[in-house]
Amino acid sequence: MTAVDAAARDWTRATAAEMADALAAGEVTSVALVQAHLDRIAAVDGADPSEGVHAFLHVNAEEALATAAAVDADRAAGVAMPRMAGVPIAVKDVVVTQGMPSTAGSRILEGWIPPYDATVTRKIREARMPILGKTNMDEFAMGSSTEHSGYGPTRNPWDLERIPGGSGGGSAAALAAFEAPLAVGSDTGGSIRQPASVTATVGVKPTYGGVSRFGAIALASSLDQLGPCGRTVLDTALLHEVMGGHDVMDATSLDEPVPAVVEAALAGAAMDLTGVRVGVVKEISGEDGGFQDGVKQRFEESLDRLRAMGAETVEVSCPSFEYALAAYYVILPSEASSNLAKFDSVRFGMRVEKETIEKTMLATRAEGFGDEVKRRIILGTYALSAGYYDAYYGSAQKVRTLVQRDFDAAFAQCDVLVSPTTPTTPFKIGERIDDPLAMYLNDVATIPANLAGIPGMSLPAGLAPEDGLPTGFQILAPAHEDARLYKVGAALEASLVADWGGPLTAQAPEVAQ
Amino acid sequence: MSSLERSDVARLAALARIEMTDADLDRLSGQLAVIVDAVAKVAEVAGEDVPATSHPIPMANIHRADEVRPSLAQDAALSGAPEAEDGRFRVPQILGEEA
Repeated sequence: MTAVDAAARDWTRATAAEMADALAAGEVTSVALVQAHLDRIAAVDGADPSEGVHAFLHVNAEEALATAAAVDADRAAGVAMPRMAGVPIAVKDVVVTQGMPSTAGSRILEGWIPPYDATVTRKIREARMPILGKTNMDEFAMGSSTEHSGYGPTRNPWDLERIPGGSGGGSAAALAAFEAPLAVGSDTGGSIRQPASVTATVGVKPTYGGVSRFGAIALASSLDQLGPCGRTVLDTALLHEVMGGHDVMDATSLDEPVPAVVEAALAGAAMDLTGVRVGVVKEISGEDGGFQDGVKQRFEESLDRLRAMGAETVEVSCPSFEYALAAYYVILPSEASSNLAKFDSVRFGMRVEKETIEKTMLATRAEGFGDEVKRRIILGTYALSAGYYDAYYGSAQKVRTLVQRDFDAAFAQCDVLVSPTTPTTPFKIGERIDDPLAMYLNDVATIPANLAGIPGMSLPAGLAPEDGLPTGFQILAPAHEDARLYKVGAALEASLVADWGGPLTAQAPEVAQ
Repeated sequence: MSSLERSDVARLAALARIEMTDADLDRLSGQLAVIVDAVAKVAEVAGEDVPATSHPIPMANIHRADEVRPSLAQDAALSGAPEAEDGRFRVPQILGEEA
C-alpha cells in the first residue's frame, strides 16, 4: 500500500490483524490508529448516556495516545515488538485497570480507582496494546441486554432502539460500531457470546481457567470466564493468545499452554472440514419452539455450508439441558450473593453514612445496587439458607453433573457441538426489562457451556430475513479443545464472507451522528 | 417447595444488608416468587445417586512456595476507602453503647 492510500484509509474498518501487519510494515502509526478510534468514539458514542451507542463508560484517551506514541518511537528505533503492539483495544469495565475507573457497571463503585491491574490488563499492557477505555455492561454482569447498567443502556449499532446483548453489550457494540477492533469480555452464562450474536461480531468463552480471572470483579466464581471479542475469528484468536495462560494469582487458572488458536483459525480459513464431526444439539437448536424463524433458517444454512466443506453432521440429544437454565439461576445467585458481600462501604466504593456500620451497610447497598442485583442477591441468600439449601443449591449442583454427562456423551460422538447462539435477534430496549424470566431465556443456549466449563464461540450467521437483524452461530468444544472452535469458526466465516463480500458488520447501517 | 412471600423477601433483604422500602418489597416480591417457582424444577430431575458438581474442571489443591512477594502498599490498599485513619479503614460505630 502506498503512503497516500494508507493516509486515506479509514483504519477503524480494518481488522486487528491488518492493523498489526500495517504497523509492522510501517504503513501506519499506532498514534494514527488510536486517534482514528478516539475520533470515531467521539462521533458515535454520544456526549452523554442518553444518546449514541454509549458503549464506553470511560474513554482513556490520554494514556492510549501515550502508549501508542511510545510504541511508535520504539518501533522507529528498531526495538522488537509483540505482534499486537500498537493495536488499540477496549476493556469491559468488570476488569480492573490501575489508575482508570472500574465500576463493573455499578453505582456502588462509582469513582473507584483500582490500585492494581488485573492479570489480563497486565498482559494487554505487556503486549503494548493501547487501552481505548472501559466498556459498559449490566451491573456486575447480571443481565442479557446492558439495560441493567447503573449508567444507562448501551444501544445496538444495528438499530439504536435495540439492545446490544449483555452483559458485555458495551464491548460488542464498540466492535460493531467500529469504535474498537478488539475488546475484552467476560462470560458467566453467555455474556460474551450473546452480545456477539446480536451485534454480528465474534466472541469466545475459553475453557474455564484458560484466562486468569485475577482482577476480574467476580460474579459467580465457578462460572466466570474472561475471553476475547473481535469482528473476525482470526482477530479473536490473536487476542485469545494475548490474554490466555497460567497465572499463579488465580488458583483456578489452568497450568497448561494456551491452545494454538491462531494456527487453528488460519487452518480453518482453508475451508476444509473433512472428517470433522459436528453435533447439532436437539434441545437448543430450535426444534422445540421459542426460536425465531430467521434464526433457525440462518442456522440451517450454516450447517449446509459446514457439510459442503466436508463436515459430517449428526443430531445429538442432551436431555438435561431442559434443567440447565433453572440450575444456572440457582448457582449464579448463590455465588453472587456471597461475592457481592464485599461491597459493604468499608474498603472501597460508595458509603451512605449512618450512625452505625450496620445501618450504613443497609443504606449503602440499597442505594448502590440496582434492582437486578438486589433480586439475585436475595434469590441467592434464599437458595443458600437453612432448610432450602438441599432443595435448591444441592439439586442445582446435581443438575450440573447431569449437564456434564450429557456433554461427555455428545462429545464421544462429535468433535464440536453447534446451535444458534440466541433464540432471537436483538429485541427493543425496554421490551423485557420488567419480566426477569423472559430476559433469562435469552441465555438458554449459552448457559450449558458455563455449567460444564467448556469453551464456546459465537460468530455471525447472517441477518434474519424477517427483520434484517443479526443472528449468531454457536460452536462448543470439549474442555481444553478451544482450538476446535477457531478451526470450524474460521471455516464457516470464510464460507459466509465469500458470499457477503466482506464481514457482516460492513453491512450495518451507519450510526446516526 | 412453597413460593416466596413478601415477608420472606423482607427477612432475606435484612440478612443480605439491603434496606427495602415498602415500594421495593411490592415491586420485587412478585418477581422473585415467579423466579423461585421457575427454578424449583431443579429438584425434579437428579436422584440421590447423582453426585454434586461444584467446580467445572477437576482440579487438585494448588500450592505455591511460601515466599515474600511484592504486594499492595498500605496507602494503595487504603486508596479506595471511603474513610481511613492511621493506616486503617475508618467505619461508623460497630458495637453498642454498652460495649
